[in-house]
Amino acid sequence: MAVGLDFGALADYVPVFVKGVGVTVELTVVGGTLGISLGVTCAWVKTQGPKLLRPVVSLYVELIRNTPFLIQLFFIFFGLPSIGVSMGEMEAAILAMVINLGAYACEIIRAGIEATPRGQFEAGASLAMSRFQTFRHVVLRPALQRIWPALTSQLVIVMFGSAVCSQIAVEDITFAANFIQSRNFRAFEAYIVATLLYLALAILLRQGMRLLGTALFPRRRAAR
Amino acid sequence: MSLIAITEVRKRFGTNEVLKGINLDVAAGEVIAIIGKSGSGKSTLLRCINGLETIDEGSIVVAGAQLAADEVHLRALRLKVGMIFQGFNLFPHLTAGRNVMLSPMVVKKVSAKEAEEEARVRLAQVGLDHKFDAYPDQLSGGQQQRVAIARALAMRPLALLCDEITSALDPELVNEVLQVVGKLAAEGMTLLMVTHEMRFAREVCDRVVFMHQGRVHEIGPPGDVFESPKTLELRQFFGMA
Amino acid sequence: MTTFTTWDIVRNLLLATQWTILLSLVAFVGGGVAALLALLARTSQNRAARRLAVFYIELFQGTPLLMQLFLFFFGLSLVGVNVPPWLAAALALILWTGAFLAEIWRGCVEAIPRGQWEASSSLAMSYFEQMRHVVLPQALRIAVPPTVGFSVQVVKATALTSIIGFVELSKASTMITNATFQPFVVYGFAALIYFALCWPLSKSSQLLERKLNVAHRNH
Ligand SMILES: Nc1ncnc2c1ncn2[C@@H]1O[C@H](COP(=O)(O)OP(=O)(O)OP(=O)(O)O)[C@@H](O)[C@H]1O
Ligand SMILES: [Mg+2]
Repeated sequence: MAVGLDFGALADYVPVFVKGVGVTVELTVVGGTLGISLGVTCAWVKTQGPKLLRPVVSLYVELIRNTPFLIQLFFIFFGLPSIGVSMGEMEAAILAMVINLGAYACEIIRAGIEATPRGQFEAGASLAMSRFQTFRHVVLRPALQRIWPALTSQLVIVMFGSAVCSQIAVEDITFAANFIQSRNFRAFEAYIVATLLYLALAILLRQGMRLLGTALFPRRRAAR
Repeated sequence: MSLIAITEVRKRFGTNEVLKGINLDVAAGEVIAIIGKSGSGKSTLLRCINGLETIDEGSIVVAGAQLAADEVHLRALRLKVGMIFQGFNLFPHLTAGRNVMLSPMVVKKVSAKEAEEEARVRLAQVGLDHKFDAYPDQLSGGQQQRVAIARALAMRPLALLCDEITSALDPELVNEVLQVVGKLAAEGMTLLMVTHEMRFAREVCDRVVFMHQGRVHEIGPPGDVFESPKTLELRQFFGMA
Repeated sequence: MTTFTTWDIVRNLLLATQWTILLSLVAFVGGGVAALLALLARTSQNRAARRLAVFYIELFQGTPLLMQLFLFFFGLSLVGVNVPPWLAAALALILWTGAFLAEIWRGCVEAIPRGQWEASSSLAMSYFEQMRHVVLPQALRIAVPPTVGFSVQVVKATALTSIIGFVELSKASTMITNATFQPFVVYGFAALIYFALCWPLSKSSQLLERKLNVAHRNH
């Protein structure tokens, strides 16, 4: 049976894909940076922070981890305007990604913090550092180093998840593929290309995180 | 006729030759202690005899069963030699009794009833018949190691390989295990044991093998080896040079 | 225009939830079978089988599920099969779930200490006998918490099938929103329903994990 794949038909649409890649990268980099920052903050609250805030963070984490990203995105983009909070699709997408990644990163980073030997806290205290200073200067880096691989995997998952942002007209890779297949009806080819682009981005992202890891954690092994 | 015949055995890990032509014949009923520095290849030799490692050259034959890489040969070989490990390696999800019963039932297709009778006898032999229903995590290290011995014995091996079986034990538990091994030796079991218990080796063994850099460097009855070591390396090993 | 009470909204969402549950079950059970096959291939002696298993696992773990859904949906129609959304959804989810479960379970098999393999080898057991009597019984115990935990991911993943037109909870939410113009209420309730499905699974996974750790410490 002749299945006639025709990738040539996509040649005219290269710029569309290029733009899509740019948007997906933007979503991932901005969402990733802010999301991990949120995760660190929440992990700090859960392990060291004010006791009053802990249930709030727990509720947030549980809510996010037990609902689909798609629903979170739709709730933010379609739902919030009806209580007077509107934003553009790019802002909504990034906000959704930050909130989503923040919850997962919180749990991952918390595990890293909890694996810190008690002696590290005591050493910090014995050097007259405050609890926050100890966290910031002694505990955080080795904790991040411990969980860097898990955090990297989560970031890749979040990038893959960002594909649904096309549903609120964010013009990412998936949006490009949707657009192209609606024009030339070469759906299969368009999604194959999109899939390969995601695959390549995932490889780059892992590589980037590895480089960032070696920059952040030069040589030293994490204390156990 | 020797029970275990090891001929010109060579073993490499990558480019690192760990056994450099080992020759050793062990008669039935003989008790052999293998001593030597860390890294001299003692464990590797025992593991080869049990088929846990493949060999690159030479041959190992135990009572007619030849070491080869395929499952049929390995099974035949392992039915003739049992092994006791430094870390016990009991199956944590099974009781002591079940640990002993498992392999006879699975490998030899012995009925559950027979396997249980055998297991009780073997556990009694190591002084643990009252621990039949205990799980490994409810036993002390010494008890676990004795169960491991009973487990190996239940397969009725012709020879037992023991790799530093008391090294992971607290000092006060070492003796209960050595006693069991001593009794086995007295009953005529063929034993090849890597050990650091020099006194035990001297009292119980028929021959002592000193391994050095992948070779059998010196071999002889304990009297000779311990009283008048011939080579510099062995004297150094004893801290005499 | 008809007016919708909150109860109308919830009732319709709950009706659609049946399909979310059904699809989750199909994906989980089918994925379990796929994972078992992939696991056996992945740990087998046959090099080609191992390669194939690795390729399958990396392909489905290394690309977005949404792309897999699109490719099944459009790919199958390309070879002349007219695929309804539910079929493409089920197939893609089964294979996606299988790839992840295979890796989770492989981790559990590999967590069994080498000494267990060596001891059972020295007792003359064959590979199959070792697996059956020594390794799997121990691996299964530690596999339960992460497997239950992954079921949460499966439930959430079913939401993506709405995008290729399968009508489950998420698709129903969009349809109801379009009819009622109450996105805040509709998506809010949808989130709560997902939460009600997923949270018990998450929680039991955590509890099982903790129980296992306590059991371990007593060793
Ligand atoms: N699986 C392996 N892969 C690579 N090298 C190995 C392996 N097992 C052992 N070796 C190497 O083979 C050499 C001999 O090791 P072996 O364990 O036989 O020594 P040993 O005499 O038992 O020492 P010890 O007294 O410390 O137990 C060592 O240099 C070791 O590093
Ligand atoms: Mg050794």
